[in-house]
Amino acid sequence: MVTNEFPPPVRAALSVALLPLQPLLGRIVTRIAARYPEILERLGPHQSTRFVIEPTDLPFALLLRPEPGDLLLRAYPRGEPLACDARISGRFMQLLRLIDCDEDGDAMFFSRDLVISGDTEAVVTLRNALDDVDGSVATSIAAMFGPPGRAALAGLRRFGGWSHRETREMP
Amino acid sequence: MNRPELVCPAGTPAALRTAVDAGADAVYCGFQNATNARNFPGLNFTMPEMERSVAYAHAHGTKVLLAVNTFPPAGKFPLWREAIDAGNQLGVDAFIVADIGVAEYVVTTCPERRLHLSVQAAASSPEAIRYYCREFGVRRVVLPRILTIPEIRAMGQEIPCEMETFIFGNHGLMVEGRCSLTNYVTGLSTNMDGVCSPASQVRYEPDARGGLESRLGAFTIDCFARTEKAGYPTICKGRYLADCRTGPYYAFEEPISLNLSMLLPDLIRSGVHAFKIEGRQRSRAYVKSVVSAFRTSVDAILAGSEPQLDDLVALTEGRKQTEGAFKSKAWR
Amino acid sequence: MAAQLTLGPILFHWPAAARRDFYARIADEAPVGTVYLGEVVCSKRAPFFDEHILDVAARLERGGKTVVLSSLCEVMLKRERDMIREFAAIADREIEVNDASALFHASGRPHRIGTMMNVYNEVTLAALARRGATHFCLPGEVTRAAVSVLAARAAELGVGIEVQVFGRLSLAVSARCYHARAHGRAKDNCQFVCEEDPDGMTLSTIAGQPFLAVNGIQTLSHSYVDLLAELGDIVGLGVTHLRLSPHTQDMVATASVFRDVLDGRIEATEGQARLRALRPEASFSNGFWHGKAGHIHTAAAMRAG
Repeated sequence: MVTNEFPPPVRAALSVALLPLQPLLGRIVTRIAARYPEILERLGPHQSTRFVIEPTDLPFALLLRPEPGDLLLRAYPRGEPLACDARISGRFMQLLRLIDCDEDGDAMFFSRDLVISGDTEAVVTLRNALDDVDGSVATSIAAMFGPPGRAALAGLRRFGGWSHRETREMP
Repeated sequence: MNRPELVCPAGTPAALRTAVDAGADAVYCGFQNATNARNFPGLNFTMPEMERSVAYAHAHGTKVLLAVNTFPPAGKFPLWREAIDAGNQLGVDAFIVADIGVAEYVVTTCPERRLHLSVQAAASSPEAIRYYCREFGVRRVVLPRILTIPEIRAMGQEIPCEMETFIFGNHGLMVEGRCSLTNYVTGLSTNMDGVCSPASQVRYEPDARGGLESRLGAFTIDCFARTEKAGYPTICKGRYLADCRTGPYYAFEEPISLNLSMLLPDLIRSGVHAFKIEGRQRSRAYVKSVVSAFRTSVDAILAGSEPQLDDLVALTEGRKQTEGAFKSKAWR
Repeated sequence: MAAQLTLGPILFHWPAAARRDFYARIADEAPVGTVYLGEVVCSKRAPFFDEHILDVAARLERGGKTVVLSSLCEVMLKRERDMIREFAAIADREIEVNDASALFHASGRPHRIGTMMNVYNEVTLAALARRGATHFCLPGEVTRAAVSVLAARAAELGVGIEVQVFGRLSLAVSARCYHARAHGRAKDNCQFVCEEDPDGMTLSTIAGQPFLAVNGIQTLSHSYVDLLAELGDIVGLGVTHLRLSPHTQDMVATASVFRDVLDGRIEATEGQARLRALRPEASFSNGFWHGKAGHIHTAAAMRAG
């Protein structure tokens, strides 16, 4: 039993609080898909998979369906019963570190900082697809918000104790 | 002292560029199908990706070794032929093969290409290796991870080709290329389909006490207590019951990784021509850390100074490492 | 039907006396045409039976059997390499090679290819046949679809094709001895503890489900392959030899069951009932033949194309 699930009234209030987040998430997933078409290509049959990404120390979870033309990324209050094919749980900083391509997913799993359930192949495919990008998905997301975004990511990296060295772009 | 080649894994084009940038002398990679032994979802190269990647590697002076190292099942040989033809056309620097039919195809169609014998061929004696050298002109053998350093040195004196040894990554003791455990459980073959414990049949189930049970197909492979480090449900790294034991035990081996960083000088002196880092299924972050660490280390040894190695243990399975067979044969 | 039953090499560590008695009975009573002799799994076991092997071979030949000598599947040590060199020099009997070291010596003159040699496709089959291979016992994981292609090519080349139709299936070999490990010993100090398990040591999952069988450095299926219901199909594809892998059950009776089904004296279902009576505690499988997970047992009637 996860301890930080909320009773229905709190969840309802959270849903309202999350409202301003939803269009933002939509923009993020659209932008990332346009910036890195190879991610969606690599997902192959798992483009229609519903992934739940669950930062265990935040009050919400994200639902991702990386289907080209029908992309979905939405926040739900923790504890909301979400139908999904695969679930990835971990502390927010660990999940961020994963999409910042700074931490090896296998290593995180071996240390049990990351918990996966449901369709393991989907999770492995997503991990491999996210890994085949130059730079970092986190950097690209931060860049959408201009200098404040970059500053925020830099702050989080400092807080988490890692730095990101960009790999070279393809010529 | 010979200058050993650092041979690095590339599961994706981005990982390949990362390995090249981190100082790999050679990268090894495969196509997105059953022709290579890491046929995992979301990994490997399409034909256009391979073309761009070979160009990137060659522009930076890095060799590309194409792994076509599975065994074609009867009636499916054309897919392997296409992989060889494609590699030949793209100008890869060597083919890594295991199947006798595939080796013969390379020799008859492009005899000028270097042929490396994959660890999947399970050639563990001088005679076995000499067979492949004599019949197919093999130029380099990837040695199984089961030889000690004195055995490697002795091997080098009896074979007419170069030797490549694993220095970091998965520590497997089952003879590679001779394992049907995955197929017995899942219906997918390690030898023919290039998969080992396919993720499509892996399930992690939390148990009542906060533990984590890992299952492959219809069989439970392991169960991790709340505080225990986890492992992927590879059959040979699971825990089982036997009548002569009380309680579950690692019947084959513990989840542990090979790390020969401290043995590099010995290996170089033993005449090893190439060091292989395992892990085409691992991330760019892994490739960057491991390749950089070994690049620095090998360069330091060649320059006559003490190797400084970053702590790589966090990247190892079960977060435990071993020098495995290489140090002694007591484990056998 | 012309297909011949064969008796594969004993994979387990049986005492020399037990082996002699076993083969004496096989020589006189078992309806098998060929018997493979020799230690395939562990070089440390070989000396125990070596002094008897020629007598046993002669005994089997007096019983009308063809004797083929099988080689070790894993060759690393000096002692093993010497064994292989001597093995390959055998001139008066056929040999079956199970590793490329033996192939190094035997290539160019007639020899058989064993299950450990990874002959999965027709190109490899032809390449080895050109170098002297006369007969191929295929790996345990080949499917019906693959066998149909391989048997057709073998017929063109005039070489034999053999498929294991009974017994635990070898799934993996290792440099480490898992029998010794289970008993907390090293391979060099194993004290031949594998002798305690003449059909292999059962490994069960944590949930208690029987899964695998350990035999020294070898790992086998816990289930016994049973292709009785598929025999007609197998022979129809052009497979020339059908291998029974020895176990402690009555192997003369086992061979008779397979012979009776092959000859149409009894139905496969009756054969299966008789086979199960010989080993009531065993589970059976035929998954690989049907292109499925090896542990599965599929009713032949449900076979899809």
